[in-house]
Amino acid sequence: MTSNERAAAWWDRDAGPVVRPYAMTGGRVPAAARFDVVATVRAAPLGGALPPDLQPEHRQILAAARSPITVADLAAELDLALGVVQVLLHDLAVQELICLHEPGRASAVPDENVLKAVVNGLRAL
Amino acid sequence: MDYARSDRTVPLALKILVAGGFGVGKTTLVSAVSEIRPLHTEEVLTSAGLDTDDTSGVEQKTTTTVAMDFGRISVGSDIVLYLFGTPGQDRFWFLWDELAHGALGAVVLADTRRLADCFPSVDYFERRGTPFLVAVNCFDGEQRFATQAVRNALDLDPDVPVVLCDARDRRSSKDVLITLVEHVMDQVARTQTPASVRSW
Repeated sequence: MTSNERAAAWWDRDAGPVVRPYAMTGGRVPAAARFDVVATVRAAPLGGALPPDLQPEHRQILAAARSPITVADLAAELDLALGVVQVLLHDLAVQELICLHEPGRASAVPDENVLKAVVNGLRAL
Repeated sequence: MDYARSDRTVPLALKILVAGGFGVGKTTLVSAVSEIRPLHTEEVLTSAGLDTDDTSGVEQKTTTTVAMDFGRISVGSDIVLYLFGTPGQDRFWFLWDELAHGALGAVVLADTRRLADCFPSVDYFERRGTPFLVAVNCFDGEQRFATQAVRNALDLDPDVPVVLCDARDRRSSKDVLITLVEHVMDQVARTQTPASVRSW
């Protein structure tokens, strides 16, 4: 990057987001029970039109979650902070606009067959 | 209920953490084995940074962005490994707690020139009971410490694997992950055998 380009792009990622995260969440912080970063989100089948009071970020999440996507993938894809995504997901969950599949306790320590599949999968990469 | 497994269209997502001191090669390792993407969180949204961040004089900077290395590896058609490279400083524990919940295991990346940098990570995973291994990143093949010396210096339990690696090398980084998963398998086998005899 030349110095001119650098000067033109002073508001890059290091400068922080142009819209501060607390603005997007209305000052709210994630609830104690945060969604797991690898919990899978899917937009709920919609009966009618979307509620009119949704923020653009809510709509972005719903669009990105048409097929199942993890919380971390959502944050990376939409370039939103994890904490912001968790607050917005909470809003959508309350309105039953998304289905959440939290990884259960059982999948925290997967069975031997899964672990073997992981090892074989890694070897094959 | 284990939704992820009951719905075959949702792949099983497994978390692996990559921890270690600043500049030890976490980003390098994650990008050697997966497609890496930036993922960030804001400390202020967790309020954990409030006590530790001295913001006097910079009051306008009310949030600190914490960047993580985020990598994704599809293994087979229905399992996805998620790698999270996390900052190793104590002030980021809030982030670790969130990531370590339900994690399959952790890689503690070590640099023998600054071995003390990985003490907090080792302590953390020992306390949490998260399966982990120590991978010594051998820059330029220079620091071929005996793994036993690293093990002694870190006072590791005998069953914690210590491996040498080159985080720049895809195969070497892949081997680190394979060793970790095999270590998890050993632990699962050890803890499940008595339980399965009792309950089934």
